[in-house]
Amino acid sequence: MKIDPSVRDAVLAAVPSLRAFAISLSGNVDRADDLVQETLLRALANIDSFQPGTNMSAWLFTILRNLFRSEYRKRRREVEDGDGSYAETLKSQPEQSSRVEFEEFRTALAKLPPDQREALILVGASGFSYEEAAEICGCAVGTIKSRVNRARSRLADLLSIESADDFGPDRATRAVLVES
Amino acid sequence: MKRKPVRRGASSMNKAEFGPVHSEATLGREIQTKIGEQLRAMYDDVVGQGVPDRFVDLLRRLDKQDDGERQ
Repeated sequence: MKIDPSVRDAVLAAVPSLRAFAISLSGNVDRADDLVQETLLRALANIDSFQPGTNMSAWLFTILRNLFRSEYRKRRREVEDGDGSYAETLKSQPEQSSRVEFEEFRTALAKLPPDQREALILVGASGFSYEEAAEICGCAVGTIKSRVNRARSRLADLLSIESADDFGPDRATRAVLVES
Repeated sequence: MKRKPVRRGASSMNKAEFGPVHSEATLGREIQTKIGEQLRAMYDDVVGQGVPDRFVDLLRRLDKQDDGERQ
C-alpha cells in the first residue's frame, strides 16, 4: 500500500481525537486503541471512497462510530444468550481507563444508551456541529439534538447534582486527595 | 427505609425565607455547564496524549508493504 504523505499526515493528525472519541465511547483504553487501529486500516483500504476536500476527520469518525456500533450489537447478542459476563466487563471498564478524577463522570457516561452517548460526545467534546454529528451517526439533525438533550439530563440525574456547587472544584479536589 | 422528608405547607413557602435561590432554569444551565466542562476535560486529557507510537508504526509498516519491504 502506498500512502500519500498528505493522507498519512491527515490521518495521524486525527488520531488523538479519534482515541478520545473511542475511549469516551467504550470506557476502555485498550479496546479504544484497537478500534482506532481498525479504523485506520479500514480508512486506508478504502481511501478511494474518501472525497478530497471534504472533512477527513468526520469521515474517520464515521468509520470508528460504525465499527463501535457493530461491535456493540455483536456483544449485546452474546449477552442475550450469555451468562452476564458482559455486564462484568462493563463493570470493570472504568477502572481500566486512565484518570481517577474522571472516573465518576466516566461511569455515568457509560450508563447512557450508546446513541445518546455518541451524540453528546460528538457535539459536546469533539466540536462537531449538530449537522456534522447527524451525518456521522446517519440520522436527522433533530434526532441528534434530542439525544444530546436526553443525555445531558440523564447525566445530571446520574451524577445526582442538586446544585452546581456539588459538582466542581470540590469534587475534583477530593479526587486528587484520593489519588495521592 | 428512608423516611420521606416532611414537606412544608404551601402557606409557609415564602421565597424570602429561602434567601437568594437560583431559578430552576439558571440552575439547569449551571449544571449543564459543569457537565460540559467535565466531558471536555476528560476528552481533552486523551487528546493531549498525542499520537501513540503504535499508530505511527502502523502507518509506516503499511506504507512499506508497497515497496516490497514487508517486515
